[in-house]
Amino acid sequence: MKTKVFQVGVLFLLLAFFVSACAPAATPAPQEPAPQEPAPQEPAPAEPLKVAVIMPSSITDYAFSQSFYEGLKIVQEEMGGEGNMEIAFSEGMFNVPDAAAAIRDYAATGYDIVFAHGSQYGTSLAQIAPDFPETAFAWGTSLDTFQAQGVTNVHAYQAEAQEGGFVMGVIAALMSESGVLGIAGPVEAGDAKLYVDGFAHGAKYARPDVTVNITYTGSFSDVSLMAAAANTHISAGADMLTGSSQSVVGAIGVAKDNGAYWFGTQWDQSPIAPETVVASQIFDWTGIIKDIIDSASKGVLGGKAYTLTFKNEGLVLKYNDAVPVPDEIKAAAADAIQGIMDGEIDPLPY
Amino acid sequence: MSDLFSLTVLLGILGTGIRLATPYLYAAIGETFSQRSGVLNLGVEGIMLMGALSGFYMGVTTGNLWIGLLAAAFVGLLMGLMMAFVSVTLQATQGISGIGLHLFGLGLSTLLFKTMLQGRVESISGFQPIRIPLLADIPYLGEVLFNHNIMVYFAFLLVPVANFVLNKTTFGLSVRAVGQNPESADSLGVNVNLVRYTTVSIGGILAGIAGASLSLALINLFQENMTSGIGFIAVALVYFGGWRPWGVLAGALLFSMVNALQLWIQVLGIQIPSDIAVMMPYILTILALAFAVNRTRAPAALTKAFNRGEN
Repeated sequence: MKTKVFQVGVLFLLLAFFVSACAPAATPAPQEPAPQEPAPQEPAPAEPLKVAVIMPSSITDYAFSQSFYEGLKIVQEEMGGEGNMEIAFSEGMFNVPDAAAAIRDYAATGYDIVFAHGSQYGTSLAQIAPDFPETAFAWGTSLDTFQAQGVTNVHAYQAEAQEGGFVMGVIAALMSESGVLGIAGPVEAGDAKLYVDGFAHGAKYARPDVTVNITYTGSFSDVSLMAAAANTHISAGADMLTGSSQSVVGAIGVAKDNGAYWFGTQWDQSPIAPETVVASQIFDWTGIIKDIIDSASKGVLGGKAYTLTFKNEGLVLKYNDAVPVPDEIKAAAADAIQGIMDGEIDPLPY
Repeated sequence: MSDLFSLTVLLGILGTGIRLATPYLYAAIGETFSQRSGVLNLGVEGIMLMGALSGFYMGVTTGNLWIGLLAAAFVGLLMGLMMAFVSVTLQATQGISGIGLHLFGLGLSTLLFKTMLQGRVESISGFQPIRIPLLADIPYLGEVLFNHNIMVYFAFLLVPVANFVLNKTTFGLSVRAVGQNPESADSLGVNVNLVRYTTVSIGGILAGIAGASLSLALINLFQENMTSGIGFIAVALVYFGGWRPWGVLAGALLFSMVNALQLWIQVLGIQIPSDIAVMMPYILTILALAFAVNRTRAPAALTKAFNRGEN
């Protein structure tokens, strides 16, 4: 009896694992062979370039993962569609061992370039990459290509999120009527911390008397606590809010309900709340993706450390036209961008 | 500036704490029923996710939040029945089947989110705050206590109701008897399995509603894995509250208030590393569990399957 009972439990657990495993990983969308277009402009290569990406959240997260996926789609379009470039993706890989397995699987099944799009994947990637010397890997956000460890086929990339943070801090400080800004951060590290610190410095730069309150929830996914953080900022008098990670959707809703404004980062967040989002800093990864593809075609599979900046057009400030921003404030923002590009403004002075 | 004991801050903590406590209350009160009858359901988190998704989906498609809420309760009921079937009828190990149920709910809600809602995060106009006349006019406290949406009021009303049902009704007596000593209850003519099916179903319904309280009233959107641990904390709160509704309320409020407090500590710029601040509610809960739980006894038959034939 006892063993049977146990078997039933285990069976149930396995069933659950099965369902949960096949859901978020959303198996690399089997790319249907593109219908043969009559007379493509360029002669298609015999074998399409095969690119795979592993992402911590979903391709529709309005944040980190979506920005990269959309970048890949644009590059695919420019290269002439699925016939020339295949994209496979695994989303929702918040579990690092699962992600590591996916990285290995993609490399083993002949993908030419594998992107490990999450700073948590670095350690695993450093171990996997040497086993597949023919495959180009890239990961971010980081600037470590593991060359010191003798790895030669890993690129690294990072967004200088503090630059856009600084500029939006300028806009928020000048727009604020209460003189209080609230930043709802996820985990005090990496990309999020760069953005939060840049925003705070930008606000103080434009308006030294402004109060900038900062919170972290300690999680990239806790929507409920993120909403509570936004509520707290509003109780403390903030009328301009911002934050980072996919959990900010909770905070954007609170901003909307309370008539506060929101500043987005990583991707255009205005579709979530069209009357609430003033502007977003967008990560445009296409330049980096193209260079990595180009390098691979020349046999360079790793060793490059890329950054997204305003200067190389990897960072884009996108206003939401539904929320009017006074011209003089837009001018101040443009000045700040110019100052950062010229090196006259350091978005992270200390 | 950094005056933690100003009126704004104290009222802010109270208001945020009440909102944060709402999903914990539904889930933990439901789990109290289940555990009092001897079934540990660790799948609450998974049921919440399915409740949040189905409530949101039906709310969006029909435009009626109440239909959404009903759908969440129904899906919660189905998952509760599933748990009951596996743990009561098949007598599977409760810990394992509960974790299985959680993963099942996590996976299925994500899958359905991708297919039915195309994985798009969109917001819905959820239950609006209802200002209770007169009470909301009480200076300072009125606005904080009596200007919430209906799901918040229901959550707090649930506590005395659950307390009454468990302690003052025949059904409650059966539940406690079954959780304490199923053999004696059985010999007195109580249908042990029926009672357990009922309590686990109540737990499922309330967990489904807990999920909907997030997606239809407090956050007003669905995102994959949006509960991020609330269901598991709710299970811990049942232990914390000594398997009594009022104790669960105390635990839920304590945990939520400390969470609200740590956010204020950060807003006020008090120099504590954010990592430490974020840990505060959890550390406090562990401490309280360590010191408080010894005073009350768990239902004696908790996690033990009842097998009539073997006794």
